[in-house]
Amino acid sequence: MATERPNQLFRNKSSKIAAIPMIVTALFVFVGGTIWTVVYSFTKSGLLPRLNWVGLDQYERLWATRKWLVAIENLVIYGICMLVLVFVIGFILAALIDQKIRFENTVRTIILYPYALSFVVTGLVWQWILNPEFGVESIVRAWGWESFSFDPLYNADIAIYGVLIAGLWQGSGLVMVLMLAGLRGIDQEVWKAARVDGIPTWKTYIFIVIPMMRPVFITTLVLVVTGIVKLYDLIVAQTGGGPGISTEVPAKYVYDMMFQANNLGQGFAASTMMLVTVALIVIPWAILEFGGSKNRG
Amino acid sequence: MADASTNALSGPQGPKPRKMLSRRNIFLYGTLFVITVYYALPLYVMIVTSLKGMPEIRLGNVFSPPVEVTFQPWVKAWSEACTGLTCNGLSTGFWNSVQITIPSVILSIMIASVNGYALANWKFKGADIFFTILIFGAFIPYQVMLYPIVIILREIGLYGSLGGLVLVHTIFGMPILTLLFRNYFTSLPEELFKAARVDGAGFWGIYFRIMVPMSLPIFTVAMILQVTGIWNDFLFGVVYTGPETYPMTVSLNNIVNSTQGVKEYNVNMAATLLTGLVPLLIYFVSGRLFVRGIAAGAVKG
Amino acid sequence: MSLTAKLLAATAFVAASSASATELEVMHWWTSGGEAAAVNEFAEAFNATGNTWVDAAIAGGDGARAVMVSRLTGGDPMGAFQFNHGRQAEELIEAGLLRDITDIAEAEGWKDIVNPSSLLDSCTVDGRIYCAPVNIHSWQWLWLSHKAYEDAGVAVPTNWAEFVSAASALEDAGKIPMAMGQQGWQQAGAFSVLIASLLPSEVYNSVYGDKDTDVAGGAEMATVFQAAADARKMATKSTVQNWNDATALVIKGEAGGQIMGDWAQGEMAVAEVSAGEDYSCLPGLGTNPRLSTGGDAFYFPVLDDEAQTAAQTELAKLMLAPETQVNFNLKKGSLPVRGDVDLATANDCMSKGLALLKAGALLPDVNQLITPDTNEQLKTLFTEFFADPTMTPEAAQEEFVKIIGSAD
Repeated sequence: MATERPNQLFRNKSSKIAAIPMIVTALFVFVGGTIWTVVYSFTKSGLLPRLNWVGLDQYERLWATRKWLVAIENLVIYGICMLVLVFVIGFILAALIDQKIRFENTVRTIILYPYALSFVVTGLVWQWILNPEFGVESIVRAWGWESFSFDPLYNADIAIYGVLIAGLWQGSGLVMVLMLAGLRGIDQEVWKAARVDGIPTWKTYIFIVIPMMRPVFITTLVLVVTGIVKLYDLIVAQTGGGPGISTEVPAKYVYDMMFQANNLGQGFAASTMMLVTVALIVIPWAILEFGGSKNRG
Repeated sequence: MADASTNALSGPQGPKPRKMLSRRNIFLYGTLFVITVYYALPLYVMIVTSLKGMPEIRLGNVFSPPVEVTFQPWVKAWSEACTGLTCNGLSTGFWNSVQITIPSVILSIMIASVNGYALANWKFKGADIFFTILIFGAFIPYQVMLYPIVIILREIGLYGSLGGLVLVHTIFGMPILTLLFRNYFTSLPEELFKAARVDGAGFWGIYFRIMVPMSLPIFTVAMILQVTGIWNDFLFGVVYTGPETYPMTVSLNNIVNSTQGVKEYNVNMAATLLTGLVPLLIYFVSGRLFVRGIAAGAVKG
Repeated sequence: MSLTAKLLAATAFVAASSASATELEVMHWWTSGGEAAAVNEFAEAFNATGNTWVDAAIAGGDGARAVMVSRLTGGDPMGAFQFNHGRQAEELIEAGLLRDITDIAEAEGWKDIVNPSSLLDSCTVDGRIYCAPVNIHSWQWLWLSHKAYEDAGVAVPTNWAEFVSAASALEDAGKIPMAMGQQGWQQAGAFSVLIASLLPSEVYNSVYGDKDTDVAGGAEMATVFQAAADARKMATKSTVQNWNDATALVIKGEAGGQIMGDWAQGEMAVAEVSAGEDYSCLPGLGTNPRLSTGGDAFYFPVLDDEAQTAAQTELAKLMLAPETQVNFNLKKGSLPVRGDVDLATANDCMSKGLALLKAGALLPDVNQLITPDTNEQLKTLFTEFFADPTMTPEAAQEEFVKIIGSAD
């Protein structure tokens, strides 16, 4: 609609001025920083960034490293599970809380509090809870179920799912809050109309409310996926990548290389691979999603 | 199923159900209770551990309540634990964290909400490109940006100052927050915006008089995101400031993360819970805004 | 520059040059109780010279190093900082960010007093000295629980072979024969201890020092990989991650023993168990009593301010002064870097260490020989090996040879 207005230039001036911080950030920090990272991924930088070129050596080493390959596989497994479950759990929680319940504030705060606590220590608590010696397994065995076995963090085949348990615990609260904000933005008339037409609640949610909440879903999707790509704290606090290398993830590989191995070049090569993958997916999607919308000027 | 759901339907908008022990309520509160237990279990473990002495913790029974309750770990975490030589616990960094968090949260939300508003309602040519870059930026692991940011801050003369840190938080909060606001503003009824235009309101007039009051839930979400992120930030706080302005998380990290020292789990738990109190308080208090936002929106709509 | 800024700068200059109370920011990652008490010895000694120690403590070496590098490259250097000597600081020196303190070292005669001399070598690049070593930590200790062996009805082992053969008795008694935290640094560390303790020191030196792939892939090394497989089997039931949780298993008598550095003693002290009665410590795993001499050192960035540079000099001097060395190391639980001081109050295990230091039964630390990059690769290899019982010692050795071969 902006295009139809005669005084468009003047109006857009305000808008453009308002957008200056965004433009500067996008260009200098994100584009600049990405180019900087890519450039240094072709160097042999160790503790300090230096321009001593080695061509594609860092990439050859990267793809010959098993830890990196395991990390990618884990990210895919964790990412898919997390994405599906966090949305399902987050939405159901939000819908439950939206039923005008008593103690809404308390329940919401309890579900959201894991998000507030530093994962350094909550990760340790999950380590304990999932530890076969003194966690859930030992409790259930003490109740008399002697053969009960629950040690997800100590079995290399399923350790990544152990991380997922804690990841969901930490992340679903935030999704719930976003969904709740979305639900509360839905016009009351929609519900009234659906009720008048005799549409069951679950149908109203799936076919009317959720499509209306598309913008919130998109926001949440980006938030969740960025969290998945940057997954690091959770792993370090809970498993340190173990047992063995069974819960390594790409972001951890990057930081291990940068800050433990003092091998910035290798770390930048790994992060370049991550960024290229993200760019290939995100940029076309973002153009489709945001480019053709109603206010194109 | 259909029966129960039509009942549930009256929930979000109808008057409060009078019958407390209806089938719907038993199901609803039962589910919520189970969920709450799952979410609260680690909290329980933390609280219980923080009230035990170290000998009791070494026995390794994670779930058992303390035999002898001691508040010493809490006292120690707040005011006695040593961060190197200064043994003031978390209390030293508390005010620094407040001083970092308040301007960073306000500035980042202000800038991002205006960005989102411009993108949603006053789109100009090329805006999409910058916005796409911004979304891409949300995926960059920020540790990778540590050294480029050092260079940028050094060049503009803000390295090592509080201003520099506020700037960094604003930059890294921008992608998600801008998306959050843009998407929320696009979902608001267009008629509102059009009516305001007819009344002669301009860019800022519409923003302050219509958009902000109508968007309290999303401002609340933004605040939750930013307060949590900035309050818990350790890396930026420690890299981009000096010892005088270290946030509370530096003390927390020092209490929790010493590798070759004795690990006092009770103090660690107490320190973590204490650090989490501020975001928790924000969550609790902000609950009112959640409700009022829609009420205000509904009235105007 | 504004007028106020000029005035401020002028006053700062006057303040700095007139009074000797120069503030020097010292950054380190010693934050636990004992560590902080040890740092306090430095701080008090430094403050006694009329200067002021501004403490910047950041727990966790990785995070702390990132901060240090950022501060240095951001042009906002601190007055002094802790770093593991060894090969980590090489690049900072090459970039000209660190102060050459050769003159101080010569004036103080560090060459004659620092024992072993390898510590000073680690601070030296192209004949110039850049750091002040302050303590010695060693890795090669086997900590044994007397209770665990009593419960199992076998004698407390006195060397690695006995430790391995007692394993089945411990298992029968429901104990974990060997406690080991499931983290790469602990596992790679334990492996380097096996090389250092079970084989002649030449092997250790040619593998880590000369990166000799023939030796690394040889028959002698194969026996160490076998020993590592034994250790893996003994530690199967050890599910903890943190080293101190593993030590707690030893203290409680639930595990027979643990390979861990001398810092494990701090946990013993806090748990109020005493050496010789409740636990034993075997340097060099009791097989070949010898220690590697790693440790910490302080580096001094190049500063513009003359007063601060002078304060750096003061600090460097006093860090190696006999009195501070004794006070610091007693609190830190480490050994002093000079051979001419007396630690009268040292306990049983510390005395063993001191005796070995005097006798010169020493090895360079792994970190002095290999880069952090190689170290990281070794950590990955051994964390895989110890977590996966299906990985054969031969396969691990093959990987090991590859890593050593690509190291520089």
